[in-house]
Amino acid sequence: MSESERSLTPPPVNLETEAFWQAAGRGELVLKRCTACAKTHYYPRAICPFCQSSETEWYAASGQGTIYSYSVMRRAAIPYVIAYVTLAEGITMMTNIVDCDADRLTIGQPVSVTFKPAENGQAIPMFRPA
Amino acid sequence: MSFNTKAYIAGVYEHPTRRADDKTLAQLHAEVAIGALGDAGLAMADVDGYFCAGDAPGLGGLSMAEYLGLDVRLIDTTETGGSSYVIHVGHAAEAIAAGQCSVALITLAGRPKAEGMATGTAPRPQSGDAPDVGFEQVFGPTVVNMYAMAAMRHMHEYGTTSEQLAWIKVAASTHAQHNERAVLRNVVTVEEVVNSPIIADPLHRLDCCVISDGGGAVVMVSPEIAKSLGHRSVKLLGHGEAIKHLAGGQVDLTYTGARWSGPRAFEDAGLAPADIDYVSIYDSFTITVLETLEDLGFCEKGKGGAFVADGNLIAGVGKLPFNTDGGGLCNNHPANRGGMTKVIEAVRQLRGEAHPKVQVANCELALAHGTGGSIGTRMGSATVIMGRNDA
Repeated sequence: MSESERSLTPPPVNLETEAFWQAAGRGELVLKRCTACAKTHYYPRAICPFCQSSETEWYAASGQGTIYSYSVMRRAAIPYVIAYVTLAEGITMMTNIVDCDADRLTIGQPVSVTFKPAENGQAIPMFRPA
Repeated sequence: MSFNTKAYIAGVYEHPTRRADDKTLAQLHAEVAIGALGDAGLAMADVDGYFCAGDAPGLGGLSMAEYLGLDVRLIDTTETGGSSYVIHVGHAAEAIAAGQCSVALITLAGRPKAEGMATGTAPRPQSGDAPDVGFEQVFGPTVVNMYAMAAMRHMHEYGTTSEQLAWIKVAASTHAQHNERAVLRNVVTVEEVVNSPIIADPLHRLDCCVISDGGGAVVMVSPEIAKSLGHRSVKLLGHGEAIKHLAGGQVDLTYTGARWSGPRAFEDAGLAPADIDYVSIYDSFTITVLETLEDLGFCEKGKGGAFVADGNLIAGVGKLPFNTDGGGLCNNHPANRGGMTKVIEAVRQLRGEAHPKVQVANCELALAHGTGGSIGTRMGSATVIMGRNDA
């Protein structure tokens, strides 16, 4: 199935998250890490959800991960694969699996980040079989 | 057994409709309120505490309190999706015990069918302000595909099968055949469930609850008032609530907030799973039921598949009769919020007023559990334990 045909609604961007989306526009997946407790959290916030410090910083992720879970949404105008991917950095994020045969995916499968454009051109991080 | 009962459920009412083209939302709230008050033998003027959730039109409970003509000294519009009403039961009990009100009215209503809502397969509108929306909506989460991801992971970790999940629908349908009002009254087989079309892997159409209009209401009272009303009132023995979310990226979809709300309720009641005669388990999907039964302690984590198989949830057949009205899976899941009907059927069972074919003999203790929001992201979980009037 051709994932690129599914029209992607642009995500709301705000001052807390704009760096994430700007990095995606440069082809980079970035994450937030707390400099007080050293933990990475997701989704990215200004305030660490583990220790409530506001000293959080962005860093570049490796782009590598494995499929934690997925589902092929078949009852849709254009079927697509929704998924959770566990990144090498230790957090699990919601995403789509693209550029793949949806019927040949497995949990635990290595995937790597790729970017697909939303309707307004905003790059969205998704994952393809590695 | 002696219980320190904080409050009683004196009246319940499930709206008979399943498709409400001819009624407004406010009207449905009023009809279920009047029905439950009538069941209790009380009047709207007796109500001094009002509880409703996101299905109530207007700002919180203000518009419905006005429409109903209420004069209350307590208002609680705790919103956790479909489990809100189970939370309201617990909150009402505490409020009554604290003397903050003596007659609590809880209402739910909705008309997704009449409004043509694509309940499970279309993305739900979300406020862009919610901090999670920007990192989720673009990927196309819908109700079904998010519950489906939980099922996929549970199958991966524990070997749970579609056939085992199908037994949950089989049980609900076996009960629903006796319910004249149920949306789906045909008894289905495991084969029929797993052969129904896949909506989102691995969930088939028959793994999903019905979409229905209508609603329900519950009236709770203080022990003094309960005594004056007679012996159809049931005791609220314990309650617990919890939120489970994505924990900053540490995701585990194989369990729900019942892991915490259940033990809280059991401890509050001084009871254990083995004491329970009947359960109403939130059944938006078969996987919701399976994970919940594990989390509540009716079986070990990961063993839910074997537990529900072979009719173990069927009244008169298995060890744990469940959702004897047919549940959300077959009877009614009004407004896409199933918590109220879970409480109502548990009350019927404790009164001995369930359909004779599904009535649990000597039903003394019952549990109702609600799961609101999504087990694929963030949910509100609530467990209440109730006892027969003479328990």
